Amino acid sequence: MQSIDAVTQALAAQNYVCGRPLATVVFLSLKLGRPLFLEGEAGTGKTEIAKAIAASLGRRLIRLQCYEGLDAASAVYEWNFAAQMVAIRAAEAEGGADKEVLTKALFSADYLIERPLLQAMRPDAAGAPVLLIDELDRTDEPFEAFLLEALSDFQVTIPELGTIRAPEPPIVILTSNRTREVHDALKRRCLYHWVDYPDFAREMEIVTARAPEASHALSREVVAFVQKLRTEDLFKKPGVAETIDWAKCLLALDVVELSPDVIADTLGAILKYQDDIQKLQGSEAKRLLDEARASLEPA
Amino acid sequence: MPEYAPLDIPDEGKLARNITHFARALRKAGLPVGPGRVVEAIRAVEAAGFSDRIDFYWTLHACFVSRPEQRMVFAQVFRLFWRDPRYLEHMMAMMLPALRGVAEDRLVKPAEKRAAEALLDGAARDLPEGMDEEEGTEIEVDASFTMSGEERLRSLDFEQMSTAEIAAAKRMLTRLSLPVRPLQSRRTMAARGGALPDWRRTMRAAMRQGGEITGFEMRRRRLRWPNLVCLCDISGSMSAYSRAVLHFLHAVANRKGAGWARVHAFTFGTRLTNITRHLDQRDVDAALAAAGAEAQDWEGGTRIGACLHAFNRDWSRRVLGQGAVVLLITDGLDRDDPEALAREMERLHLSARRVIWLNPLLRWEGFAPKAAGIRAILPHVDTFRAGHNIAALEGLAAALSDGADPGEAARLREWLAREAPGPERELLADGAVNLSH
Repeated sequence: MQSIDAVTQALAAQNYVCGRPLATVVFLSLKLGRPLFLEGEAGTGKTEIAKAIAASLGRRLIRLQCYEGLDAASAVYEWNFAAQMVAIRAAEAEGGADKEVLTKALFSADYLIERPLLQAMRPDAAGAPVLLIDELDRTDEPFEAFLLEALSDFQVTIPELGTIRAPEPPIVILTSNRTREVHDALKRRCLYHWVDYPDFAREMEIVTARAPEASHALSREVVAFVQKLRTEDLFKKPGVAETIDWAKCLLALDVVELSPDVIADTLGAILKYQDDIQKLQGSEAKRLLDEARASLEPA
Repeated sequence: MPEYAPLDIPDEGKLARNITHFARALRKAGLPVGPGRVVEAIRAVEAAGFSDRIDFYWTLHACFVSRPEQRMVFAQVFRLFWRDPRYLEHMMAMMLPALRGVAEDRLVKPAEKRAAEALLDGAARDLPEGMDEEEGTEIEVDASFTMSGEERLRSLDFEQMSTAEIAAAKRMLTRLSLPVRPLQSRRTMAARGGALPDWRRTMRAAMRQGGEITGFEMRRRRLRWPNLVCLCDISGSMSAYSRAVLHFLHAVANRKGAGWARVHAFTFGTRLTNITRHLDQRDVDAALAAAGAEAQDWEGGTRIGACLHAFNRDWSRRVLGQGAVVLLITDGLDRDDPEALAREMERLHLSARRVIWLNPLLRWEGFAPKAAGIRAILPHVDTFRAGHNIAALEGLAAALSDGADPGEAARLREWLAREAPGPERELLADGAVNLSH
């Protein structure tokens, strides 16, 4: 990917429609070899972009899903204790092996379970893999501090084996839903981008790419309605993923045109909080639909 | 690090210098831009080329911005800085009267003022220094402050204190801590008598014994500290208390060692203000002065419902994750729609692990919740305590470490159940369910 336009085209070939700002940071991240930190509301396509980049470059995608209490054993590596135990028993049965030899055999690559971070540092025939560290905000600060070290050197030290260094640094993409602030020290090492909700034209492109079976007229109505909905005072605004879901739901129901009844029946696909759904009861859905249609008129 | 091709942009030196200058302007506008980022930005521009203004914008954006709220400042600084090379001279002449003047003849965009101030090197800076003269005055207090004096202070209402007493009370408040009940983390640590086996250490021990497993090494769950989110009412009716409470919060936020993992603080009167960053300052007076300058609605009216709505919409997902405790400090006197307030309180209660309400009005024995706002909030809190003097704050500390203590909430709910008309009684039945968990 030699230019920003090339990035846009390559991602478009993977059905990922992205704007110029996002394409720019992706290009820079690839060119400068810096981790890319994507923050934004849920369902705006942060995880998808990692998949699209991996697919378009033909690289392996390694995903580390973060959660509270994530530690080195589940993020980097772990010894296969069960296999080690069996090996010890086997050695005993054979009359006891030399302590040194046994230790060396037990703490070798054969008994090592590689977790995502270590996998990402292994050489790959297709080139350095894409490492997706998803929903970083779910882990805690100690893990962030650990990442800081891992991402600056791309090496892992295993006391029994020595240091493993990535021959070529992986392409690192971190995402966060911003349920807490990620520490500045980690952000500083990354290129940052806030993934916002797309505008009407871009969301139309996305829906056309992701739900091609939907008719143009229906897609336009769906997108216009969701765009309108995002301007309302909601606890959780629907993301792009919800728009695509909703379009697919409507297709499954053989809907050709939005109506207040259809909206009321399928609202669960776009709004996930009871308070928000409550707000759209009655004439509210009709008002929004009318406004959405009105916004479509001049086009 | 990858190798970089030599720079082939014509005006090499100048561009690098301009980017550096731009970075300095950003720094003055409050963005944390270090020299590392400047080098990074120059390399990025070098890598991305320089054909299009939009590309140039997003290239610099990628290097300098690391928080969503910085985007606006960046956009304004960029717009002002790169519009015209001779721009600074223009700006000097143009912006000064607009900033200094009382009535501005055009709408200043949100971050423009900060951007302009940064570019003008603070020439137009005119920020209020200190929020209250009386508060800042240093008062000499007898060093041999007697025990009985402390006792008196403990029970004296913040509202009735003299300036000298307030100063002494502040000193006491800084010594007061807000103990926390730790939460079980999913992380583990080695511990004899723990519940989980530690395979790695077991194996290591076995290898020292030549492969003989003599016993299991164990580990147990670590404890972690929850976050505290404080929502403090700074309207007129609360003025005497909110300052004391903010002092107390500053002490809690700056206590090192075991304690709350993070303390987030918000003030609200007619609008919600996040003052968390100001509380980080070590000096309490500087911290409160900065917070005072930030919050524009000191001692004004109250719109609790609207402010809680703003909190729920903009902040709750960001600060209430991972088991945060909410400390709500208000008298509950609100003129807005009580139904909206009740709805926002319910949402807050659902998002937080625990909601503690501190109300200075509770200082009166036999306080009865007659105001509509108080009735709306009460069903959705776990603990209801007085907060009008130091003894009450000490009581709060005890309540927090005790865990399930509902404070006065139970008594008041009972009172409401007796006095309240039908529909509210149902609401209270919900509250009783909330109370039990």
